[in-house]
Amino acid sequence: MNKLIKAFTKESAVVPFIAILLGLLLGAVIMLIGGYDPILAYKSLLEKVFGNPYDFGETLTAITPLIFTGLAVAFAFRTGLFNIGAEGQFIMGMTGATIIGVSVHLPWYIHAPLAVLVGAFFGGFWGMIAGYLKAARGVNEVITTIMLNWIALHLSNYIINDYLLEPGKGRSYMVDDSAAVTIGWLSRILDDARIHWGMFFAILAVIFYYVFLWKTKQGFELRVVGSNADAARYAGINVNKGIIKAMFISGTLAGLAGVFQVLGVFLNQAVSASPTGYGFDGIAVALLGGNTPIGVFLGAILFGTLSYGAAGMSFGADVPPEIIRIVIGSVIFFVAAPGIIRWFIKRTFGKKRKGEVI
Amino acid sequence: MEQARTVVEMRNITKRFPGIVANDNVNFKLSKGEIHALLGENGAGKSTLMNILFGLYQPEEGEIFVNEQEVAIDGPNKAIKLGIGMVHQHFKLVHPFTVTENIILGSEPKKWLGLAVNKKLAYEQVGNLSKQYGLNVDPYARIDEISVGMQQRVEILKTLYRGADILIFDEPTAVLTPQEISELLVIMRNLVQQGKSIVLITHKLKEIMAIADTVTIVRRGKVIDSLPVAGTNPNQLAEKMVGREVSLKLDKKVAVLGDPVLEVKDLVVKGRSGLNALNETSFVLKRGEILGIAGVEGNGQSELIEALTGLRSVAAGSIRISGVEVAGESPRKISEAGISLIPEDRHKHGLVLDFPVRENMVLETYYQPQFNKNGFMDFDAIDEHATRLVKEFDVRTPTIMTEARALSGGNQQKAIIAREVDKNPDVLIAAQPTRGLDVGAIEFIHKRLVEQRNMGKAVLLVSYELEEILQLSDRIAVIYEGRIVGEVNPAETNDQELGLMMTDYKQPQGGSNIEQAD
Amino acid sequence: MKKTTKIFTGVMLIASLALTACGAKNNNNEGGASGSASPSASPSASASVSASPSASSDASAKDMKFAMVTDVGGVNDKSFNQSAWEGLQRLEKDTGASVKYLESKEATNYLTNINQFVRDKYDLTWGIGFLMVDAIKDAAAKNPDSKLAIIDNVVEAPNVASVTFAENEGAYLVGVVAGLTTKTNKIGFVGGIDIPVIKRFEVGFVAGVAAVNPDAKVTINYTGAFDKADLGKAAAASIYNDGADIIFHAAGGTGNGVFNEAKERFKAGKKVWVIGVDKDQSLEFGDDVTLTSMLKEVDEAVYRVSQEMIAGKFPAGVVTTLGLKDNAVGLPETSTKNVSKEILDKVEEYKAKIISGEITVPTAQ
Repeated sequence: MNKLIKAFTKESAVVPFIAILLGLLLGAVIMLIGGYDPILAYKSLLEKVFGNPYDFGETLTAITPLIFTGLAVAFAFRTGLFNIGAEGQFIMGMTGATIIGVSVHLPWYIHAPLAVLVGAFFGGFWGMIAGYLKAARGVNEVITTIMLNWIALHLSNYIINDYLLEPGKGRSYMVDDSAAVTIGWLSRILDDARIHWGMFFAILAVIFYYVFLWKTKQGFELRVVGSNADAARYAGINVNKGIIKAMFISGTLAGLAGVFQVLGVFLNQAVSASPTGYGFDGIAVALLGGNTPIGVFLGAILFGTLSYGAAGMSFGADVPPEIIRIVIGSVIFFVAAPGIIRWFIKRTFGKKRKGEVI
Repeated sequence: MEQARTVVEMRNITKRFPGIVANDNVNFKLSKGEIHALLGENGAGKSTLMNILFGLYQPEEGEIFVNEQEVAIDGPNKAIKLGIGMVHQHFKLVHPFTVTENIILGSEPKKWLGLAVNKKLAYEQVGNLSKQYGLNVDPYARIDEISVGMQQRVEILKTLYRGADILIFDEPTAVLTPQEISELLVIMRNLVQQGKSIVLITHKLKEIMAIADTVTIVRRGKVIDSLPVAGTNPNQLAEKMVGREVSLKLDKKVAVLGDPVLEVKDLVVKGRSGLNALNETSFVLKRGEILGIAGVEGNGQSELIEALTGLRSVAAGSIRISGVEVAGESPRKISEAGISLIPEDRHKHGLVLDFPVRENMVLETYYQPQFNKNGFMDFDAIDEHATRLVKEFDVRTPTIMTEARALSGGNQQKAIIAREVDKNPDVLIAAQPTRGLDVGAIEFIHKRLVEQRNMGKAVLLVSYELEEILQLSDRIAVIYEGRIVGEVNPAETNDQELGLMMTDYKQPQGGSNIEQAD
Repeated sequence: MKKTTKIFTGVMLIASLALTACGAKNNNNEGGASGSASPSASPSASASVSASPSASSDASAKDMKFAMVTDVGGVNDKSFNQSAWEGLQRLEKDTGASVKYLESKEATNYLTNINQFVRDKYDLTWGIGFLMVDAIKDAAAKNPDSKLAIIDNVVEAPNVASVTFAENEGAYLVGVVAGLTTKTNKIGFVGGIDIPVIKRFEVGFVAGVAAVNPDAKVTINYTGAFDKADLGKAAAASIYNDGADIIFHAAGGTGNGVFNEAKERFKAGKKVWVIGVDKDQSLEFGDDVTLTSMLKEVDEAVYRVSQEMIAGKFPAGVVTTLGLKDNAVGLPETSTKNVSKEILDKVEEYKAKIISGEITVPTAQ
């Protein structure tokens, strides 16, 4: 709550903007050195994102899973856990949704909710395994979640290959229309961009994240566990139960990201060789957002926009991939390092230096 | 004392932190060969002032003179060059290294054109220094093998090795046993006799009276007074420090004993290492009394507290609260059965520092119906509760939304006591309730504990400060290596006797063994 | 101190994530400054390249725009994405048409990248790789005026040209080489993901081996990835340990691991062979371990179909299957270094039989 208030105080609001500006500036210098036109490149980036309804819609599609995985990682952080496994939970979420979407046939008002719920549960269950191992056996969740990522990937490939594969396609059968959560009329307005209900659920998830953690009894328990596990124990809170619960909820959020990619974007699940990266991007989003609801939401928007807009820089200004990576990397770097920016502000605007607290 | 040369003078120092002025136009003068105490409550600004002298902070205004030369101290390295050394409250030592290795770290004597460390020379130098100042430190010992008191001497040696003539001690006695404290005082006297000058940051009046030549009192960032110790007394100092009259004596009515409420019998608890930390400990606590557990840190006190509150499993024995067996129950069950705990480490165990005061106030009761509606926190009720406790227990906080971290140590402790007492327990366990607090806060907390006792609660006081035990307890049980080795009446004993019992030099004469109380 | 470390770690983490993941989402370039700049900068330059076989290089070609979208392998995958891009670069050089590509970071980008070109009115947009099928189908249906093409898969739409290869025929021939070369009668096959294209390699290869050496046993191993050299290395190690002396891989970047394992064994004094795929991999991995390669001329296919587009004969709605008779699959000329004359003669013999229809190589599914 306090952090929320702080987020709107003057300095905190200014810092991210200066960070983005500095990042873009550094990127521009690098592009100039490489012989590319930074102004054209940034113009292309913006055009790619806001230039037409289709791209705008697709930018939303790119942001949505990042909100979920960002929240997933942030939720675990709040409980003192480092969930590197959002990736695996994402994949399990996809798989759960695909299984229900493909193999059962029901009226839409049951089918789609069931697919969403089962996928979310798959993700949650996958997170809970790591939570259980930590609580019951003291196994570090960083290690288990990394391992579970690979298990999820190959388990999911096995399930698709052996039970759901559409011959000759390298992916599952398409999910039934009754399971899809696409929004046809909105897609048509936005020039066939892949708009789906997951976007609204992502916003609901941000609200849930805030209300659950800051307004409910269980959220309070989890935050105590995350902020000071010793104090939690002294206060009579069952820390192990909290860890398992937190990993379940975290996994559920990551799973939902996968669910909506299947039911809203692809309508099938491909056999994939390597992780999608949404889970790992979620870590960056959570850190960018300082694990606050608004922060994660904005972080996902920044990350998704840059990612999607990168194609624009490539297309419009012929900037090669390596340089685009550096540009985006420097923006993220500056945003993630507010200390650098505060120092910069002080130097630039000539305020007296504060004593550093050691 | 003859008029000595001034070695440090700080003039009109002002230092601001966001929201507060830590030092407001402060003047401070240190003469050669004196022990100069810097007295003040926590947060008064005394540490800030010395951190400025040691180069850790830069002041906004003011000048510093060392040996009558104006200097700019932009970092600890500069301070060391000027002959200023600091012995921090929290030691900065590398545990697997030897004493000598720690001391020379960063300024090693070199050989082979600076390519290698001349260890032989280093051990010799450290040995000589230790002898010269009577520190009696083994240069070859590893840090993790020596006591806390010895570690502190290593810190002192570190400053001497770097040629310090001006030594700053930051709350040096906070971590020491009574015996170690008296040894430290001897060492400090030794140092000034050999021409060093010492600044002693403290809030303990007893130490100042015992050793300091001059005392400067700081309150809320301002210097209140600076005077020779010889011409003052503890009550006057306390008053100057707190800004009002403080009673150092505690008014205590005779205890009115009630029924036994906590009965511990043959309790065996395993420690971290797997060995028995408590060996068949038995005692009984009655309503209306304060039982003090005296002992040197690490003799099973922590394990006892953890076992009593359900945080540590009980290997054997029984714990009964009002006749109900609770050994092995969950912390919450035990809390509901009527035990409250003021934990030893308030930052680690007592508070969630990142949480606002109001949430800390319901840390143990948040789940109860009065703070909950259908699984949602009832913040109206929580706010009301917090506002009431803050007022009742005089917790100085800007608002109940302020993070606990921002409160001073005394107010953090008040908040914890408010929370625990408000649970209306039958048994209140207070572990080191005044550790690191200043006189004003100590007075308040002691009064509250006695008040609880007078209301017919049973209070178990675990403290490493003998003075506190002697002052508050109606009975004192001495714990040594996981056993209650004896029980004494506070009226019939003193520091010396207790100190010896705590280190097992002597069994009490005629003291009834507490185990027979059952 | 602890806090500083935490912050620093966090920053590094984010930065590295950003560098590895986020930035890779969509990328393209124009294949090097020289490739894109010279024809348009100096008209005479394009005149000079009209000596190329493409007679239809004329003013209209220069106004045409060709594009391709890679799959997640990226344009430098040393495999079919790279090969396809080489085909487009050759097209640019020969005709003056402008060419461009976009890389896909992950599957959601297939469609958006294709749409980027389609909406920008590119004359022809290629989807490179099997996995592009849904995206091409979708884009084709929603943009009936556009022209699209796909490699390695079939999209049945009036504005899409599908190009597939008879990998089984080429694999059959390297199977013949393997069957006649092996001394241990144990041969391995390392596949990427078990998808129909790769299955065609496997089936053809096994048939080729069986045709000339019925006693030889072929061990099949799918690693599940096209971009994991470590998996390829592990798979190769277990197959070689089992006594095999030849491995044929159809696993993209994963196959690099197969070569590395073979090289290590070669250095340790043990002679083992690898049969490369898609391109002449002896050029990259040397003749010490490369027995031969099964060429799959993706560049040729991209080049040829694009040329047909320029000539106004775009094979819309047509599935072109390129096989031995089109010289789109086969063995490279460098094979003579390690494969004996007799065996190569046998290969020619089988090739003729396949082209004539005397032998029908089995296909997957």
